[in-house]
Amino acid sequence: MTPAQLPVNTPLADPGASPPPQGWKWYDYFTFNVDHKVIGIQYLVTSFFFYLIGGAMAVAMRTELATPDSDFIDPTLYNAFMTNHGTIMIFLWIVPSAIGGFGNFLVPLMIGARDMAFPKLNAIAFWLNPPAGALLMASFFFGGAQSGWTSYPPLSEITANVAQSMWILAIVMVGTSSILGALNFVITILFMRIPSMRLDQSPLFCWAMLATSLLALLSTPVLAIGLLLLLFDINFGTSFFKPDAGGNVVLYQHLFWFYSHPAVYLMILPIFGIMSEVFPVYSRKPIFGYKAIAYSSMAICLVGLFVWVHHMFTSGTPPWMRLFFTISTLIVGIPTGVKIFGWVATMWGGKIRYTTSMLFAIGFLTMFVFGGMTGVTMGTAPVDIHVHDTYYVVGHFHYVLFGGSVFGLYAGIYHWFPKMTGRLLNEPLGWVHFALTFIGSNLTFLPMHQLGLQGMPRRVAMYDPQFTSVNQLCTIGAFILAASVIPFTINVVWSWSRGAVAGDNPWRALTLEWTTSSPPLIENWEVLPVLTHGPYDYGLNNSSPENLEPVAGSTSPS
Amino acid sequence: MQGSIADSSQPITEATIAPTAIAHAHEAHPDFRVWGLLTFLISESLMFGGLFVTYLFLRGEAAVWPPEGTEVELLLPTINTIILVSSSFVIHLGDTAIKKNDLAGMRRWYWVTALMGATFLGGQAYEYYTLGYGLTTNIFSNCFYVMTGFHGLHVFIGLLLILGVLWRSRRSGHYGSHHHVGIEMAEIYWHFVDIIWIVLFSLIYILTLF
Ligand SMILES: [Cu+2]
Repeated sequence: MTPAQLPVNTPLADPGASPPPQGWKWYDYFTFNVDHKVIGIQYLVTSFFFYLIGGAMAVAMRTELATPDSDFIDPTLYNAFMTNHGTIMIFLWIVPSAIGGFGNFLVPLMIGARDMAFPKLNAIAFWLNPPAGALLMASFFFGGAQSGWTSYPPLSEITANVAQSMWILAIVMVGTSSILGALNFVITILFMRIPSMRLDQSPLFCWAMLATSLLALLSTPVLAIGLLLLLFDINFGTSFFKPDAGGNVVLYQHLFWFYSHPAVYLMILPIFGIMSEVFPVYSRKPIFGYKAIAYSSMAICLVGLFVWVHHMFTSGTPPWMRLFFTISTLIVGIPTGVKIFGWVATMWGGKIRYTTSMLFAIGFLTMFVFGGMTGVTMGTAPVDIHVHDTYYVVGHFHYVLFGGSVFGLYAGIYHWFPKMTGRLLNEPLGWVHFALTFIGSNLTFLPMHQLGLQGMPRRVAMYDPQFTSVNQLCTIGAFILAASVIPFTINVVWSWSRGAVAGDNPWRALTLEWTTSSPPLIENWEVLPVLTHGPYDYGLNNSSPENLEPVAGSTSPS
Repeated sequence: MQGSIADSSQPITEATIAPTAIAHAHEAHPDFRVWGLLTFLISESLMFGGLFVTYLFLRGEAAVWPPEGTEVELLLPTINTIILVSSSFVIHLGDTAIKKNDLAGMRRWYWVTALMGATFLGGQAYEYYTLGYGLTTNIFSNCFYVMTGFHGLHVFIGLLLILGVLWRSRRSGHYGSHHHVGIEMAEIYWHFVDIIWIVLFSLIYILTLF
């Protein structure tokens, strides 16, 4: 039982296995592959596929909402779309792409490891995702779950029982995937850095992934239990959440939000990590406040576990709880603010290159700050009671999840696509993509705040005619947003095979992933790199080639 | 740091790598499986934490707990508890044995542990069978069966791990004094199941007496 006596040379791979191939072929990406880079790309591509499906559902809903009456799709189908749009975007797009995709691809490369600590477990974690998505799709044959991504009882216990049960199983599968992935990240980041790299010399993305993983480890199991009890209530005659038989519906809300508030950090902390990499590279300046940004991730991780009741201010919550959770919610905004100031100060006086990645990063800043501020207003109980369950909430969380997480994912994709594929994405097409996304998202989500303040409830297929014109504005925005995916998809598909060759380090960045070839070798490096400078030492005295202008993206205005 | 990088103008040079040498280097990192398991168990314990909170929450709401007619039986669970708790010491004897390179001793103690675990599960099944109320009887029985059942599932998994160790250890040379991570992991998991049971036993059996 003493860790000190562990054997240190246990081969993890089967010694009889054939040596790994010299490079991955396209079909390797469709198999059970333990290479962290393959798994990362598997996560990204799979989740993008689900993003398109979830997006199609959103377009159908916005089309329905172009008129006050229910005339485009059946209200039951609308509910199923509403439920699965949220579920897919959260559990099958943002979480797997940010954590599974970027986390897996980047963490070992950034810390100088040859792979994750448990490669096989990593592959198992990924392969839990496609069947979970298939299960959600299949649930539409049984009417589709009706009760929203929150699945509050009693609604979730009395509607579409089969589809709801499939929904629960799908979430438990992605939750398991998330726990397995998280423990892999914790061990990898803590123990597998190259010897010359202290934790406080590791890239901020690694700090963000560490905080994300700890949060996932602590919160996901609680959701799993809540859903398990819900499954028993629906299928096996128990009454945990049935008040008429001694159960309690608010109990479900506690179990659900104990996970699902931290879940917003699972969706934004890795994005914060991406931002901390992108801003210094394109500003050619050291990151402002490395330690403040690193420790604020840990602070978010800690405080974020104690704010969940702000989603339940209208659930008969006692006054002391409202007070406590209002205060904790306001406090959790502080570490986030620290990061925002850090990034703005990083850009300040920098030599900014307006690459598509940087445009999305700046877009992220504006949208996320706005979404963060509406979040703080709602975190205070008095405002929340007014806007609870209205379109204000929908507007808010789309600003943080779309304007925040998805913009951040795009920034990350434009930044690391050359490393993943060896080719650059097309910049002009990227600018078109950015412009459409930025205009589309603001046009879709900004008017929702007004709708909410005027009292339009969320999760409805029909509404009062007085809200028609503003809703039509949102619908037009949604169409623009849907169109924005087209140039992006074309760009990725075309550039993957024919884009300009990127070289090892097209952005002249300093983190370790740029010291290997693009795409990286199968075991990442022939000889492991040695640290000679920090991850963000841009423009400092050790004038090395990195301090030169980026070779790629130099067509941007300067 | 830049020394090892190929010239960026060169095409991707997978062909120049010697894969076997790299594969060998990969296997050189230390074994973190025990740390991985411990991290996983922290997560797992929050699952039980959720169940415990649920139980206390529902108990706090109820007028009478447990409701009349669904009282718990005490004798058998107490015997079961003694068996499970002592099995934790037995399995540790097995771990001590393998550290002295005593494979036969390890196998002996792990067999005894497996037997004790199986007895525990048998006892629990017997308890379910004779209690006179079922999963759906009332909110207390909901909690009772889901919690003990979920724990029982974990005992079963622990049992499988121990049997897996025994299966692998039939070949001599698979485990040794410097080569016993699998044995250790089964032991850690078994301790975990044991600790959870102590909390569960206190909550469901002992605290319902007062
Ligand atoms: Cu929240």
